Amino acid sequence: MLLLALDTATPAVTVALHDGTDVIASSSQVDARRHGELLLPAVDRVLAEADVKLDAVTGIVVGIGPGPYTGLRVGLMTADTFGLVLGVPVHGVCTLDGLAYAADIEKGPFVVATDARRKEVYWARYADSRTRLTDPAVDRPADIADQVAGLPAVGAGALLYPDTFPGVHEPEHVSAAALAALAAERLAAGEELPAPRPLYLRRPDAQVPKNYKVVTPK
Amino acid sequence: MADSRDEPLVLGIETSCDETGVGIVRGTTLLADAVASSVDEHARFGGVVPEVASRAHLEAMVPTIERALKEAGVSARDLDGIAVTAGPGLAGALLVGVSAAKAYAYALGKPLYGVNHLASHICVDQLEHGALPEPTMALLVSGGHSSLLLSSDITSDVRPMGATIDDAAGEAFDKIARVLNLGFPGGPVIDRYAREGDPNAIAFPRGLTGPRDPAYDFSFSGLKTAVARWIEAKRAAGEEVPVRDVSASFQEAVVDVLTRKAVRACKDEGVDHLMIGGGVAANSRLRALAQERCEAAGIRLRVPRPKLCTDNGAMVAALGAEMVARGRPASSWDLSADSSLPVTDPHVPGHHHDHVHEVSKENLYS
Ligand SMILES: [Zn+2]
Repeated sequence: MLLLALDTATPAVTVALHDGTDVIASSSQVDARRHGELLLPAVDRVLAEADVKLDAVTGIVVGIGPGPYTGLRVGLMTADTFGLVLGVPVHGVCTLDGLAYAADIEKGPFVVATDARRKEVYWARYADSRTRLTDPAVDRPADIADQVAGLPAVGAGALLYPDTFPGVHEPEHVSAAALAALAAERLAAGEELPAPRPLYLRRPDAQVPKNYKVVTPK
Repeated sequence: MADSRDEPLVLGIETSCDETGVGIVRGTTLLADAVASSVDEHARFGGVVPEVASRAHLEAMVPTIERALKEAGVSARDLDGIAVTAGPGLAGALLVGVSAAKAYAYALGKPLYGVNHLASHICVDQLEHGALPEPTMALLVSGGHSSLLLSSDITSDVRPMGATIDDAAGEAFDKIARVLNLGFPGGPVIDRYAREGDPNAIAFPRGLTGPRDPAYDFSFSGLKTAVARWIEAKRAAGEEVPVRDVSASFQEAVVDVLTRKAVRACKDEGVDHLMIGGGVAANSRLRALAQERCEAAGIRLRVPRPKLCTDNGAMVAALGAEMVARGRPASSWDLSADSSLPVTDPHVPGHHHDHVHEVSKENLYS
């Protein structure tokens, strides 16, 4: 097994190579505005570091969010296209699950929260690092205060809202290394991973910019 | 003539607005032109919603690439390069295409060419009428842009002569069609009604045609308002709106200004070729009047077939093939989508392309 994992659903642009047992190379950069520029060079670097050619990869693992859409799509489009050319499966992993796994908490419950911008967080509750209890959701921190009260919280979304999430646990950002390790574990156990489809959780803003193509109903 | 198999085989990806386009060309020969459009999803919003377009591009990309390869009957391994629209356009939409193109080029070990959407609109004519004359004057008119460009080499030198200062020409057609309750898209339906109307029935204003106005810039917002007011006045007076005459007179005002300025630019610059591209190039009156005025001025007119005038991947592939043929440097793996890429940049060369592409070539098939 040789998995190439990537995630661009959060400000972290992260890539890792996993041989089924260990992470053999990885790269993580935090830059919310340059996912598109940073991802491919990072893939190239990680492959070079491991001295592996892309066609040796047996599967792609990609973070499916939830996350701000523009960045999220960079990883998904890259993963889909690699899958097309290499003819290997593309596995989706919920980005929050990657964070939960990296937190390495054996006994929860706890919460994972990432920044959803617009004063909201993407979040889910976990029983332990491998077991999610709720579907990923997007909410204002104040609106979920009751549901997360007293629970340790993981992720940059928790750091942003200390009133709602007073007890913050490492790590702040998701890593493709954790994503890959989680995927490898699940694949080895014969589990199916979700399809690489984005978790947007919000409807598109129906705002038409000025000076763009006018379209009216037929 | 060289064996056509020596000409570069290039796949082009276009996602600057609401069409997911993937085209394949060999030199100046069109092999495939696959397009998936999200236009119906935008209709209820009255215009292209960027997020809706971006989501649709992600869904459509892989199937559209597969369709184009099948249509062309070529193997991805045989491609000489991957071209992609790097800008201008909707930022989020462009980024989907750029991400796909980078991953595709990287995985195949092929060079990547980030190219300019407007230069692609010009270069597509090579697929219809052969090599572009140098220099070429180009009038690009669509729902998204209206510009007059002069190019002596489509891979390296595109000079803006003029552009619209407000609405795009195609936008004016859509808006007037809406005022007349003719539905969408406005261009074809106005064209149809206009054929049965009198273009001189109503004297609508010609924007920016005064002696002190910029010679090559356009303005359609004043015309749009004048036509809407004229229609409203008729309705207010309880009279029937003469749809055919309004369509013909409005259309005449648009194409009169477009062709007049384009021909004048050709004369002023001593250019004997005019190409017209973009969706509005399908307008029959624009074609006829341009033909008439070009002939009178001794200018050769080149207009590609309508499907090549609207946004598509073949135009991107056409420009990419020209980049390969002329040995232009490839783009780097950190190529970004640039929503306001200047028209003067036909492509986005890499800063250290030699090094980067040595890495990529080795990557798979060394
Ligand atoms: Zn266009």
